[in-house]
Amino acid sequence: MKLLGLDSSGLVASAAIVEDDTLLAEYTVNYKKTHSQTLLPMLDAIAGMTELDLDTIDAIAVAAGPGSFTGLRIGSATAKGLGLALNKPLVAVPTVDALAYNLYDVPGLICPLMDARRNQVYTGLYEFRDHKMATVAPQMAVGVEAIVEQINSLGREVIYLGDGVAVYREQLEQLTKVPFSFAPLHLNRQRAGAVAALGAVYYARGQVETAAEHRPEYLRMSQAERERAEREAKKNHGDH
Amino acid sequence: MSDEKDILILAIESSCDETAAAVVKNGRTVLSNVISSQIELHKLYGGVVPEIASRKHIEKINQVIGEALSDAGVTLDDLDAVGVTYGPGLVGALLVGVAEAKAISWAKKLPLVGVHHIEGHVSANYIENPDLEPPFLCLIVSGGHTHLVIVKDYGEFEILGKTRDDAAGEAFDKVARAIGLGYPGGPKIDKLSREGNPDAIPFPKAKLEDGPYDFSFSGVKSAVLNHINRCRMQGEPICEADIAASFQKSVVETLVEKAVAAAKAYGMDRLAIAGGVASNSTLRQAMERACEAEHIRFYHPSPIFCTDNAAMIGVAAYYEYRKGTRHGLDLNAVPNLKLGER
Repeated sequence: MKLLGLDSSGLVASAAIVEDDTLLAEYTVNYKKTHSQTLLPMLDAIAGMTELDLDTIDAIAVAAGPGSFTGLRIGSATAKGLGLALNKPLVAVPTVDALAYNLYDVPGLICPLMDARRNQVYTGLYEFRDHKMATVAPQMAVGVEAIVEQINSLGREVIYLGDGVAVYREQLEQLTKVPFSFAPLHLNRQRAGAVAALGAVYYARGQVETAAEHRPEYLRMSQAERERAEREAKKNHGDH
Repeated sequence: MSDEKDILILAIESSCDETAAAVVKNGRTVLSNVISSQIELHKLYGGVVPEIASRKHIEKINQVIGEALSDAGVTLDDLDAVGVTYGPGLVGALLVGVAEAKAISWAKKLPLVGVHHIEGHVSANYIENPDLEPPFLCLIVSGGHTHLVIVKDYGEFEILGKTRDDAAGEAFDKVARAIGLGYPGGPKIDKLSREGNPDAIPFPKAKLEDGPYDFSFSGVKSAVLNHINRCRMQGEPICEADIAASFQKSVVETLVEKAVAAAKAYGMDRLAIAGGVASNSTLRQAMERACEAEHIRFYHPSPIFCTDNAAMIGVAAYYEYRKGTRHGLDLNAVPNLKLGER
C-alpha cells in the first residue's frame, strides 16, 4: 500500500510518501513562505528522490481540516487535482487527529492545540488503547479554558502539542490541574508522515472518498455567514 | 496548417464567483465550456463574499473539470497543456484553481500556462471572430476592471487608459443597490432601463484633462445617490427606471466616446469590447452605431463569453503556450496582477 500525505493546514507545509511500514520520504517546512508556492515543489522533490511512479500510489491522504481556511484549500485542491489526474481516491484525515497521531502510544491524554484566532483553538482529546488511537473528544473550535476544564475534570495526565501551545503556554501552565507536559519539537507540529500513516489506517478500513466529493472541514462558518446567522437570530428573537 | 498537430488545452478559471473549466482546440475552437455560477448564493449578501466563493470553488471544481473533459470528448491524456487564471481576482478563489491546475499538470506531466484574467476577457473575442487578429483596440469593462488597451500582439498590450476609481461594472452594482435592484446590478439596470427615459436626469460624464482615455465613475455614482437623497428630502417620487436609464446613458456614452476617440487617434480600424459589462445591450448598440459611423469594425463576444468563463482562458493560454510561456510548480495566485505581466 502506497500513499501520499499532504498537510498545509497551518504554518507548516508538509508532504510525505509512505509505503506499507515505511516512511519513504517526508518534507516538512515551517517557514513563512506561502504554501501555494511550496507544497507541490516539495512533493515533486521527494517524488523525484524516491523515483516515485505516481500510477503506483493507492490514495492521497490530506489533512482535511480544521486549520487556516486558505491553507486547507491549497492542500485540498492539490489533493483533488492529483486524485482527478491519477484517478485515485482521497483519504480525508482530520487535522487534529493527525496531530495527535504524532504521539503514538503515549500514555494519558493527548491534546493538540492549533491557534484558531478569535481567542479559540482547534483542539480535541485522544488516547491510545491497545495501540490504537481513540477519540475522547472529537476535534472542535473552543476557547483554551474550555478544553483545559474538560481535561481537569477527566483528572488524567495530558500532553499538549501544536502551534497553539506557543500562543497559550502561560494559560495552560496556570489552568491545568493535572500532570502535564509539552511535546518536543520534532513531534509538536503537523507532519504529512502522520497524515499518511493515519490515512493508511483509514484506507485499510475503506474510509475513502472520491476526489470530486472531497471538501475541507472548516469547523467554522465564514464570517459573512456567521454575521448573517446572528442577524437572522436577532430578527427572529425580536419577532417574539 | 493542416499537417500541424492540434493543440488541446484544458483551462480553469476561479478568480471570482464562477467555477469554470473548458477545453479549447488550437486557440479558436471551444470544445466545451462549463460554468458553475454562485450568483444565487452571493445574492443573499448583496455581493460576492470571498470566503464563500472559495469554499464553493473547492466543492465544485472537480465536477466542473470532469464535465468539461467529457463534454469535449477528451481525456487528460489527449491534452497538450493546462491553462489557469492566476490573477487578478480574489486570492482565496484564485488559489483553488491554481493549486488544482498545478496538481493536474504535475501528475500528467503537462505544461502549465498561467493566464491573466483580463487577457482572457480580451481573447474571448477570438472565439467567434476567426478573422480577428491583433492589432486592434479593446475596451475591457467588468465588475473589477475598466481598461482601454491596444492589443499589439497576442498577450501584448499598450494600456491607453483605465479607471481611476470604480470599475464600470462596480458603478452598475452600486447604483443598482441604491435603487433597490440588488446584485448583480448590470443585467438588472440594463433591463429596467428599457422602461425608463435616458434623458430624464442629466447625470454627469467625467472629463479628465490629464488622461483623455482614463475613466472615472465615482462622480456619476455620487450624482445618482445625491439625486435619490434630494428626491427623498423634497418628497418627490423616485422613478427607478429613469434613474437606471439616465445613469446607464452617462456610462455608456463615456465608454463609447473614449473608445471611438482612441480608435481614431491611434488609427485602429477594429474595436472590440470584453468583460461582463460588454454584454450590456445598450453599450453594444451604441458602440455598433458609433463604429459604423466612423467605419470601424466592431467586435464583441456572445454574452456567455463575456461573463467569467474558462473558454476565454483557454484561448489566451493557447497563444501564451505558442509563445513559450510556461509556469512552474511554484506558481502562486497574484490578486493584483498587472496586465501584460508574466
